[in-house]
Amino acid sequence: MNRPRSRAALLPALWLAIFFAFPFLLVLRLSLSDTALAIPPYTPRIDWSGGWEAIKAFLAALDLDMYRRLGGDRLYVDAFLSSLRFAATGTILALLVGYPMAYGMAKCRPGVRSVLLMLVILPFWTSFLIRVYAWVGILKPQGLLNGFLGMLHIPPVDLLYTPAAVQIGLVYSYLPFMVLPLYAALERLDHTLLEAAADLGSPPWKSFWQVTWPLSIPGVIAGCLLCFIPMVGEFVIPDLLGGPGSLMIGRSIWMEFFANRDWPFASAVAIVLLITLIAPILLYQRQQARALEGGV
Amino acid sequence: MRRGPSWFNLVSLTVGFAFLYLPIVLLVVWSFNASRLVTVWGGFSTRWYVALLNDSQLLDAAWITLRIGLISATAATVLGTLAAIALVRGGRFRGRTLFSGMVYAPLVMPEVIMGLSLLLLFVAMGFARGFWTVMLAHTTFTLSYVAVVVHSRLVSFDRSLEEAAQDLGCTPAQSFLQVTLPNIFPAVLAGWMLAFTLSLDDLVIASFTSGPGATTLPMRIYSQVRLGVTPEINAVCTLLIAIVATGVIIWSVAQKWRAREAVRTEAVRSG
Repeated sequence: MNRPRSRAALLPALWLAIFFAFPFLLVLRLSLSDTALAIPPYTPRIDWSGGWEAIKAFLAALDLDMYRRLGGDRLYVDAFLSSLRFAATGTILALLVGYPMAYGMAKCRPGVRSVLLMLVILPFWTSFLIRVYAWVGILKPQGLLNGFLGMLHIPPVDLLYTPAAVQIGLVYSYLPFMVLPLYAALERLDHTLLEAAADLGSPPWKSFWQVTWPLSIPGVIAGCLLCFIPMVGEFVIPDLLGGPGSLMIGRSIWMEFFANRDWPFASAVAIVLLITLIAPILLYQRQQARALEGGV
Repeated sequence: MRRGPSWFNLVSLTVGFAFLYLPIVLLVVWSFNASRLVTVWGGFSTRWYVALLNDSQLLDAAWITLRIGLISATAATVLGTLAAIALVRGGRFRGRTLFSGMVYAPLVMPEVIMGLSLLLLFVAMGFARGFWTVMLAHTTFTLSYVAVVVHSRLVSFDRSLEEAAQDLGCTPAQSFLQVTLPNIFPAVLAGWMLAFTLSLDDLVIASFTSGPGATTLPMRIYSQVRLGVTPEINAVCTLLIAIVATGVIIWSVAQKWRAREAVRTEAVRSG
């Protein structure tokens, strides 16, 4: 009975092998080739007709030039570090905003809960680009924020095109990704445990630390990974809200590719980004597999 | 003895939702502002919507985006549903770990990497970049989302129903079409809608894989935004938000109605 069902995997597996896994090999290959050979218009062709000899020659031509350039370039090292910093700060801030939200939602009546849940999901269905763009109108010098501060006679702040704007944009855009897994974990929480703790004389804050928080850890991990991983490679937010000071690696890849047209170098940057993210991605997958198989 | 929300819960909910919705509400308000400036209210006006209707480039982009979304969401739904079935019902087949890895990796893969790698694939295969390459790219990254949605529904679906159908003489294919599919259909539809909106929304992957003549709406919006703020974009955004909100409201009302109907049928049966 199991065999026919596993055959359902054939088509998606084939599709993903061609359009997802194989292209990574192409990126890897390009990152190991010379810029001189590959300056656009770039037309890579594998000469299969040459047989083993051709493949050997091809392998011999590979080198690590791009990676050496990458390691020697202060700008890229900085971009990597600042991407990680932006993503880590953004994830922590999203957790600080998202946890009380998810906790409050779980405390509401079931009817209210489902409305609030829909309200968390709704922004996710509206355009990401548009929501980020809305912040331009809020943060720009003659924008809404400064208009508001002016009414309170507070001197205006210049936030647009600063790292602070990028940070706000990151937290804002990824907040639903944090709230949803947290809410899922908190909603399932067995409330009799808290009652038992209270009956045994535990004050609410202590019950929270000793019962609620440990039980919500899987949700915290899932939420943090769902925020952190895409934040590191984010392009739209630093591009629209950040200035030259807010370097992020996703934007660097875009620039190398579209502005400088240096495809091999862009590929090398992408490979390094992928290697950086491989540990959190694997962690996320294990978590995801466990949650799904657990029959949630 | 579940206690209701405390004042702390209420404050964190209010602040959180205000933060989530403030920019969206502002966009909608600005789209009706006669003035170009966001801080000056120049009176209610629909002039940006009129300007929108006369912008043929924008309308073209919207049409292309819509077609890509429809085709890629449909393809992704078929592939994603198959993937979910294989993962839930396939048992421990060979290469399962690798397969589930490939299915779920696109969920967290940075878009720049996926865009770049797909572009290299299309160049290597000698595909002319345009409508179809964007469609293939969107199918690839959205099928994972469909798989997740369908997966969670399949896990909770009672398997004995399928077995009963087969005991009664259905072939596996028949039991799938007549028992499983109707049961997981809401999830399949939700997966389709999710894939569709993700496709409509995507800027990065489309920018990498698109070619001349296939500018999608997000690409068009992006280039307009880069050039400077145009209130016309606020109008486009408001329309998109209105469409999505209407869809979600209809969907949830329909769900509620179905649930009520089910309860009523149950009551009639037992009464």
